[in-house]
Amino acid sequence: MPSTNLISALTRLFPAQRLLQQSAQLAPYESDALTAFHARPAAVVLVETQQEVIETVKLCHQYNVPFVARGSGTSLSGGSLPIKEGIMIALNRLNRILRLDPAERIAVVEPGVVNLDVSRAAAPYDLYYAPDPSSQLICTIGGNVAFNSGGAHCLKYGMTANHVLGMKVVLPDGEVVQLGGESLEQVGPDLAGFFVGSEGLFGVALEITLRLLPKPAMYRTVLAAYRSLEAAGEAVSQVVAAGLLTGAMEIMDNLAIQAAEAAVGAGYPKDAAGLLIVELEGEPVQVEAEFAHLLQVIEITNPYEVRVAQDEADRMRIWKGRKSAFSAVGRLSPDYIVQDGVVPRSKLGQALAKINQLSATYGIRVANVFHAGDGNLHPLILYNGREAGALERAEALAGEIIHMCIDLGGSITGEHGVGMEKLQYMASMFNATDLQTMTNLRRAIDPLELANRGKKLPDGEAPALHLHGPHPLEKLGLISRE
Amino acid sequence: MASLQTFAAKTITDVQSFVQNNSQILPSAGASKPALTTTADNPAHLELGELSGILEYEPAEYTFTALAGTPITEVAAALAGNGQYLPFDPPLAQHGATLGGTVAAGLSGSGRYRYGGVRDFLIGVRFIDGQGQLVRGGGKVVKNAAGFDLPKLMVGSLGRLGILVELSFKVFPRPQSYATLTVPYPTVEAALGGLQKATTARLDIEALDLVVERPDGQHTVPTLWVRMGGLESVQEQRIAQLRQILGAGEMMEGFVENATWQAACEFSWAPDQWALVKVATTPRHIQGLEQILSTTKALRRYAVGGQLTWIAWPGEVADLHKHLTALNLSGLVIRGATNQARIGVQTGQVFAQRIKQALDPVGKFLAL
Repeated sequence: MPSTNLISALTRLFPAQRLLQQSAQLAPYESDALTAFHARPAAVVLVETQQEVIETVKLCHQYNVPFVARGSGTSLSGGSLPIKEGIMIALNRLNRILRLDPAERIAVVEPGVVNLDVSRAAAPYDLYYAPDPSSQLICTIGGNVAFNSGGAHCLKYGMTANHVLGMKVVLPDGEVVQLGGESLEQVGPDLAGFFVGSEGLFGVALEITLRLLPKPAMYRTVLAAYRSLEAAGEAVSQVVAAGLLTGAMEIMDNLAIQAAEAAVGAGYPKDAAGLLIVELEGEPVQVEAEFAHLLQVIEITNPYEVRVAQDEADRMRIWKGRKSAFSAVGRLSPDYIVQDGVVPRSKLGQALAKINQLSATYGIRVANVFHAGDGNLHPLILYNGREAGALERAEALAGEIIHMCIDLGGSITGEHGVGMEKLQYMASMFNATDLQTMTNLRRAIDPLELANRGKKLPDGEAPALHLHGPHPLEKLGLISRE
Repeated sequence: MASLQTFAAKTITDVQSFVQNNSQILPSAGASKPALTTTADNPAHLELGELSGILEYEPAEYTFTALAGTPITEVAAALAGNGQYLPFDPPLAQHGATLGGTVAAGLSGSGRYRYGGVRDFLIGVRFIDGQGQLVRGGGKVVKNAAGFDLPKLMVGSLGRLGILVELSFKVFPRPQSYATLTVPYPTVEAALGGLQKATTARLDIEALDLVVERPDGQHTVPTLWVRMGGLESVQEQRIAQLRQILGAGEMMEGFVENATWQAACEFSWAPDQWALVKVATTPRHIQGLEQILSTTKALRRYAVGGQLTWIAWPGEVADLHKHLTALNLSGLVIRGATNQARIGVQTGQVFAQRIKQALDPVGKFLAL
């Protein structure tokens, strides 16, 4: 229980309408996009200034109470799940774009700024912010920074870390520090890059300097439909072998196609077993020449249908289908797990065959949507939470997929982060020394382990190795499932 | 200062034992950036040039893994055999630069303009920490969000947080051909106008450098060098479009074009006996730097659209340190007489020192 002293100190800092303590007020904050978990914080503070964040963090440190920072709560790994009886710092109102400098090609923003709003603000200058997670309409830059969010264009342009130049952050004891700067270059260790993806364990970013890129003058997008998912995967290898550096290369399987069609009517070929979306972008003369080459390569891979986006509206329709795929799967099943793993690109076919086999063995439907260009799988595991044991079986299947990713030389997460969800797999990906080093780093920065306690790093002494059963924090009664 | 001891590691275990058995250690390999291995302290020198070789290279994956002492030239040749390259354009390859030294120094070249610097292409590391332990961070796949981003932390760490032993990188297909437009301007101010037009145009520029002065007396007027990479069949059209945007310029192609950029990457314009300093900048810093530098003999090159400034400095490094500090800029001396490679201002020290405490608790490596 947090000391009543902390709550009364917060009362002096925040007006009542921005210090939420009633059950009904706290309910919306109990969970994030990993809905299987929920926990009730002692209070939620709706901060409006950077100074309020700093003061709140200082008070939490003073009273030894853990805190979690939250943007729009879109984390699929449970990264913004509250800590029971801890403080939640809600950052949505800390959402000013402080500076947008087209000559320097940067935007300085507060953490509550929505991802897409950066590109919207930069659009009049023919600039944009490249990272484009599917949730970019609502997810915030602060959350993107915490989880090093990706998107469909990572192979060519990198993840969030590649677009963050500098940050002003408050460390978990309230100390404020500047990391990086406004230049693409820096001297000394890349501290800003190290902070990105730390999942809130190193503190809260207050101001983030983002790099903007010139908007590509032209996009050319093609859809290719295949009779098998493996054939779509093989086509990816062919495009890569041709030396074409695509802006995006995505694959959806039939279940995902059905879902996207039902949701937004993207005009996908409904009977395709595998759908490949490839996009090129850049200067028109270069893109046209490369696109002609791309179409030749695709022709060789024997698709049964090829559609080229005819105009920008057509292109946006294609992307809307892809980006809505996660939520669209909700039409097919009452509940589903969005999984996130990475395999080497050349092992995509092998990975998909294995997922199919696991799906059949478990008798559980799995829809596949993935960033094929960088081997980032997103199997959507469908289950009905009202059936006894259904969630546990779905999680067991998800666990087997993650272990397959490790066995194939990949990663347990490409872009959703470890959060709560992947804690149990960390010990399969990193050895005891690696994990202890990460724990040491965390403790050097946050000795009291106040910032987002219980996420990202398995307990240093006894990492959970099991696949099944309740989460370690569930056993302790700190979190529970619906 | 002469060192007490130099040891050439052949294996990762050698590096671990050396760290365990010595009280202060300074790693080095290709000796291409001598100022980074000069110190007033008297550490035991650990030579990593023999810890060399490409361990895995999967062209279809756009990734490779190599030991830290592997020369850049060896990597570049292996990649070129498969039509690929290191997009961050590591400098000083012909001077013997290694992968580990490039990462530890945090150095990228003019070509980083297009896709990013060494921080953007390093995907995995294995390093020896201050307790002699082998630690891994990142991975071998191009996309990965598991664990803290230790690869990024190692970029620019100068061997002061750990000794790099193995590195994994992302690579890209190399553009089929290159062409460069050189555009002279009467003043730096006018050249900065051109630079801004180029940086904000909807073009895929490969490299964009503003060359202010050269010691051979050639091109003594400020000149923009704009490099385009891509399909050979459309290069002339693209250069014509660029010329239209910038209003003038001469096109350079083929062997000469390539040799010119390679010479820039080796700093052939900077006199050997002068200090050579990297400064992290943005275009708006250039006027302030010019006010100071134009009154000295210093040679300068504003690379990467003004984001990466190189200064060849004939005087005392301490004087340049004062100038950079006054301008709130950070610099790294890679060649020249100094005991302190990092000059100008330093940010994030509170955070950096906590990290140092975790990775090197007894101070086996030099102070940050």
